[in-house]
Amino acid sequence: MNTDSLTKPRPPTVGEVWQALSEIPDPEIPVISLVDLGVVKDVAVDNGTVRVDFAPTFMGCPALEVMQRAMESKIAALGAVPAINVRLDDSWSTDDITPEGREKLRAAGFAPPAPRPTRNLELVQLQRGFRCPYCGSTSTKLENLFGPTPCRSIRYCNACRQPFEQFKTI
Amino acid sequence: MSERTDLLLSFADDELILGWRNSEWTGIAPFLEEDVAFSSIAQNEIGHARALYELAARELGTTADELAFDRKPEEYRCAPLVELRRLEWARTIARHWLYETADEIRLAGLKAFDDPEIAGIAAKMDREEAYHRMHAEMWIDRLISTEDGRTRLSEAVDELWPYALGVLDGELRPELRARVEQRLARKLPEVAPVPRGVHEAELAELWEEMTMVRRSAPPGSQW
Repeated sequence: MNTDSLTKPRPPTVGEVWQALSEIPDPEIPVISLVDLGVVKDVAVDNGTVRVDFAPTFMGCPALEVMQRAMESKIAALGAVPAINVRLDDSWSTDDITPEGREKLRAAGFAPPAPRPTRNLELVQLQRGFRCPYCGSTSTKLENLFGPTPCRSIRYCNACRQPFEQFKTI
Repeated sequence: MSERTDLLLSFADDELILGWRNSEWTGIAPFLEEDVAFSSIAQNEIGHARALYELAARELGTTADELAFDRKPEEYRCAPLVELRRLEWARTIARHWLYETADEIRLAGLKAFDDPEIAGIAAKMDREEAYHRMHAEMWIDRLISTEDGRTRLSEAVDELWPYALGVLDGELRPELRARVEQRLARKLPEVAPVPRGVHEAELAELWEEMTMVRRSAPPGSQW
């Protein structure tokens, strides 16, 4: 009798891991998942170990450790051993947020980030009238480059008179 | 200690100590937007310090926290510019702008470094630093638009100039001088830079406060 299959669960497939990771909400903006955010760069299953290549967003973001723990527990729940590799390089930009992720941000009242310009980002590009996520007007202005978390700027809509947050372009 | 570790620690110490100084505006900046801005900039700088300490810690067989908090004040390698405590707005803006300008020059060099880890981290930092520079430049525009602002900025830059030069290695200083002189449309004096390795009295006071919780924790504490 083969007892092996009783004691050892089948290792998850790469697709199952991606699916599980796509269920983890961003700790600070829970409408968007880690996969939508583009921080999961690669998944590999090696016997019972699941390796995830994780590219942090903003370097001082306190949510990074929460994300790492959440991925570890999701992978453990699939019956595998997690091995999260945190990349310290330049492999994440806001251009990596998926189109679905951008729409989820907008629906939750966050203007999605502007696409990265090919050259250096300049203030004038951020002073353009980005679309208000509440009323859709583009009569908006930049109030503060900085906001309540490292990833957000503050804008103001002249049409509906609402302040709103925009994901910074990096 | 290798040249690489020395570079990482100098840079990390600059970012940590400046991050601490920026955080001193939390709650007391002249208006709310600046309260938010300086707090957020502080958070970025401390995040950068952590990443740089982690790289250095791997070489030294220690941890980022031990490097950040368990050294004696005289062991830090930061440039004295970041140690100064100047809770006066024109000086704060002048220091912020001079540091970010010097930092841009330093980062440009490191992004092209032949060490891929250092080049990668520098490129990642630079994406965030772009916001610090935009913020600093916006303030320079604002200050030079009035006579009172110009006078205050000018006095502050004169006071901080020898310190600003000390942030960079000798070969990068002419570039800093060229940029600052061009922006202010005036010549700056030839002065001796205040180099790394000497410390202002303010660093010891900052260190007392910054490490107080860690030093008072019972051995083996975790948080």
